[in-house]
Amino acid sequence: MYSPTFAAPQSIDEAVRMLGADGAKPLSGGTDLIVQLKSGRNRPAAVVDLKKIPGLVGIEETADGFVIGAATAGAQLGEHARLVAAYPGIVEGAELIGSTQVQGRASLAGNLCNASPAADSVPCLAAAGAIAVVAGPNGEREMKVSDVPAGPGRTNLAKGEFIKSFKLKKPAAHSADAYLRFIPRTEMDIAVVGAGVNITRDGANGPIKSATVWLGAVAPTIVEVDASCIIGTSLDDATLAKLDAAAQSVCNPIDDKRGTIEYRTKVAGVLARRAASIAFKRAGER
Amino acid sequence: MNYLGKDVELKVVGTRPIRPDGVEKVIGRAAFGADFSVAGMIHGKVLRSPHAHARIKSIDTSKAEALKGVKAVITANDLPNIPSEEAFVGEGPANFRDMSLNTIARDKVLYDGHAVAAVAATSPSIAEEAVRLIKVEYEVLPNVIDVEEAMRPDAPVLHEDLFTQGVDPKPTKASNIAKRMEFKLGDSASAFAKADVVVERKYKTAPVHQAYIEPHACVVSYGADGQAQVWCSSQGQFMVRAYCAKLLGMDIADIRVFPLEIGGGFGGKTLVYLEPLALALSRKSGKPVKMTMSREEVFRGSGPTSGGAINVKIGATKNGRIVAAECEVMLQAGAFPGSPIGPALMTPFAMYDLSDVTIWGYDVVSNRPKVAAYRAPGAPVSTFATESAVDELAKQLGMDPLELRLINAAKDGTKAVYGPTLKDIGFVETLEAAKSSPHWNSPLGEAAPGKLRGRGIASGFWFNIGGESSGATYVNEDGTITVVSGNPDIGGSRASMGMMAAEVLGMDVKDVRTVVGDTTSVGFSFLTGGSRVTFATGMAVTQSAEMVRDELCKRAALLWEIPSEAVEWKDGKAYPAGENAGKFDPLSVADIAAKSARTGGPITGKASINAQGAGPGYATHICDLEVDEETGHTTVLRYTAIQDVGKAIHPSYVEGQLQGGAVQGIGWALNEEYVYTKDGRLDNAGFLDYRIPVASDLPMIETILVEVPNPRHPFGVKGVGEPPIVPPMAAVANAMENATGVRMGSLPMSPPRIRAALDAAKG
Repeated sequence: MYSPTFAAPQSIDEAVRMLGADGAKPLSGGTDLIVQLKSGRNRPAAVVDLKKIPGLVGIEETADGFVIGAATAGAQLGEHARLVAAYPGIVEGAELIGSTQVQGRASLAGNLCNASPAADSVPCLAAAGAIAVVAGPNGEREMKVSDVPAGPGRTNLAKGEFIKSFKLKKPAAHSADAYLRFIPRTEMDIAVVGAGVNITRDGANGPIKSATVWLGAVAPTIVEVDASCIIGTSLDDATLAKLDAAAQSVCNPIDDKRGTIEYRTKVAGVLARRAASIAFKRAGER
Repeated sequence: MNYLGKDVELKVVGTRPIRPDGVEKVIGRAAFGADFSVAGMIHGKVLRSPHAHARIKSIDTSKAEALKGVKAVITANDLPNIPSEEAFVGEGPANFRDMSLNTIARDKVLYDGHAVAAVAATSPSIAEEAVRLIKVEYEVLPNVIDVEEAMRPDAPVLHEDLFTQGVDPKPTKASNIAKRMEFKLGDSASAFAKADVVVERKYKTAPVHQAYIEPHACVVSYGADGQAQVWCSSQGQFMVRAYCAKLLGMDIADIRVFPLEIGGGFGGKTLVYLEPLALALSRKSGKPVKMTMSREEVFRGSGPTSGGAINVKIGATKNGRIVAAECEVMLQAGAFPGSPIGPALMTPFAMYDLSDVTIWGYDVVSNRPKVAAYRAPGAPVSTFATESAVDELAKQLGMDPLELRLINAAKDGTKAVYGPTLKDIGFVETLEAAKSSPHWNSPLGEAAPGKLRGRGIASGFWFNIGGESSGATYVNEDGTITVVSGNPDIGGSRASMGMMAAEVLGMDVKDVRTVVGDTTSVGFSFLTGGSRVTFATGMAVTQSAEMVRDELCKRAALLWEIPSEAVEWKDGKAYPAGENAGKFDPLSVADIAAKSARTGGPITGKASINAQGAGPGYATHICDLEVDEETGHTTVLRYTAIQDVGKAIHPSYVEGQLQGGAVQGIGWALNEEYVYTKDGRLDNAGFLDYRIPVASDLPMIETILVEVPNPRHPFGVKGVGEPPIVPPMAAVANAMENATGVRMGSLPMSPPRIRAALDAAKG
């Protein structure tokens, strides 16, 4: 009979050792893993809860920016006023995951490592250039968040590795991010398309100095949009049309129960435009 | 039964006392199907088919039986192979053999999720493991999911012995078309010549699930003496008893069914799924067995309602009089015959006074779960099409769609296409109420850039039924009252039963408690369905309360030693009347109850009736919505449900019925559908991807209760639960057309479809 072991190590080393065993799975918030266990879709031999390791839960503001514990729940991100002010898009993405109850558990690392192309917190983390600090048998290493997903349900983490924390640099002046997703309902759903945009303006009223745009749910992993067309502009209609086209051009979606290729591609353009406009406005307000 | 409402001042009926079932539900202690346990019980699980259509070549249960903790494994061979026999099931006809084969497959599996075997073990996880150890060898057959594809001559045939009924000559080749039906009034074909404008269009709807929050669950105990007890939530304890007896080959007297609290049914719990399997497992293992479905099993293994393809043609004169109408309905039944094709044909034109109508349709099987009843079965499908067509007609005539409906509205004396002459109906009253409603008279408001707004209106009809019902009223020793109803309470019937009894007895409703009886504590009642309970069982309860009231008068007369005719019942007390007036102090129920041993014993009233004279329900709904042109996302801004309810016993519950029906209809209109993979597997068996509306999706649904009493019920009641799901799909589609200029003929109007339709319209 299927009966997985459960352990909650107190240290990184202990966790690394446990996760080195065959069939071991890390548990963060568990809002994906527990559901998969119940449905029988995922049957790991061992479940290793990382939340008891010091530093895995919590947000620290440093001179360089923020260090967010990998298992920090979405609700905690939303309650951190400084983080919300610095990265409103990352937080709004994380806060779209699940219900109020799920928000008390669902974490950034879980969202990233579940490796769904539709993960709501990932496009803005990628757009912000967030770094994942990875612990493993060979010690620590740093990866760009955008390099973590390998495909649906797969990551580029090696056996025994897990994410310990995320590092976000201190935002530049007049910069802000925004995340939009499309779902048929208003909540409790999974993105048909997601768009995360991070924009820095040249002064509060200035044009765009730099921009990164990432899309979710339109390819096997998140994909980056070539945002060069909006640099130096203030997002006039012609520019937004170019961004729309640029977004559509990187889409490689599938037809499935949540949307068609045609629909996802069109809406990717729409959301890229809309998220860029929100980020642009926010960037001007700071 | 006399109508009491007219000359009597009602003191309880029409008020809004606190709901009697509320506290236990709010604090989470109400015992639903899965909450029940008995000592020594073990746990059952079902093995389900992964194939849409396959022949079962062999089933090897040996490994499952060998697993430690497994107490019984069953296949169809553990249940009797019963012959074909017509049964009356829920709100449509069905066949006991089909019901048995739907409960557990015998030679063929006919849909993804079809039960093949079941296991009982000492824990749910052992039972699950044992299910995995059962080896079934299948010969996979070609499958057909879509209703129109299933009708094609070259479609894979589900049942080699199914020959279309209702066609002449009788076919010699088996097909998936179980039946053809037709209703006709006048001569529609020649009447179209009188029309100035003719609208003709094809429509399609997706099958949708009732989506009750409580999955099916039961506990059964089959005793060594061959007597069984069943605890389950269902829409009819007597239904569960009769079906289990039939499917297990037992005597009805050997089964006792205890109804538990029910977490939604909407028609979907008018059948048995787990109970017969649990009985067979309990019989084989000698232990009580508990079974619960997961949400995935509910979607894969229990009945949705039909989807359909509908062709409508309606013609009218320039002044808006509809002169001819035709409609063809192809209704999907799931794996076994028995879609609600009859009501689908009888309802969609019943709002109008028409002289020349032909409506015909087909009951069609395909490789999907067998359909079950769902609020006004069949009517929402065909009415979506006809009420969309009426809206299109109004547009072509340049008329207000509400005025067009008023011009053609059915009234007392209108002969319906399905036969009867309508009486005491309130359709015009719902239209008038809509016309003077705050909603209809408010501007739609300005849409934001990139958004489009529209308003739509649509109407609907449902028969409502009466039928066999039992109720009892007991005077307790302290003068309080216990009312026993024979029907599970899915829409507030404990409140309405208690209120009607309290009204008759002139008592405060808090002194009247209503319980739902098990199959041995109240007389037979047909199941809770057809919007019948407050009408029919309410009539039985009212009669039982009247018996008690009359008996209380007799007992008072005995105590006073005066003739019983000289006693009058008023405000919950017996008063001496006539020449004895004022001679004795009035006696309360408690006074009489305290002395009942001296006057003849306990005071009880029981009524078992076959209630006749149900009054049909008419509903008119108004919908305002806004569409995002770029994403195709629809937001319902405002929604008003107007309905003739006869008389609302407890108006808050009645409003709740209207709101619930409207919400389910909006889900049906916008997002709900079954998604199948190419090989016929259900791809969205869960609430994540089967999208019913969530609370934040909708505005508060406004309601207007129109009361045109049904004189054949003591308080004027008409059924209310089903009419409110009939208009919403057309109301939303009509609003969509008003917003976008695009007529959506296919449901659901999901964002990808809206965006594609808007793009296509732009060219």
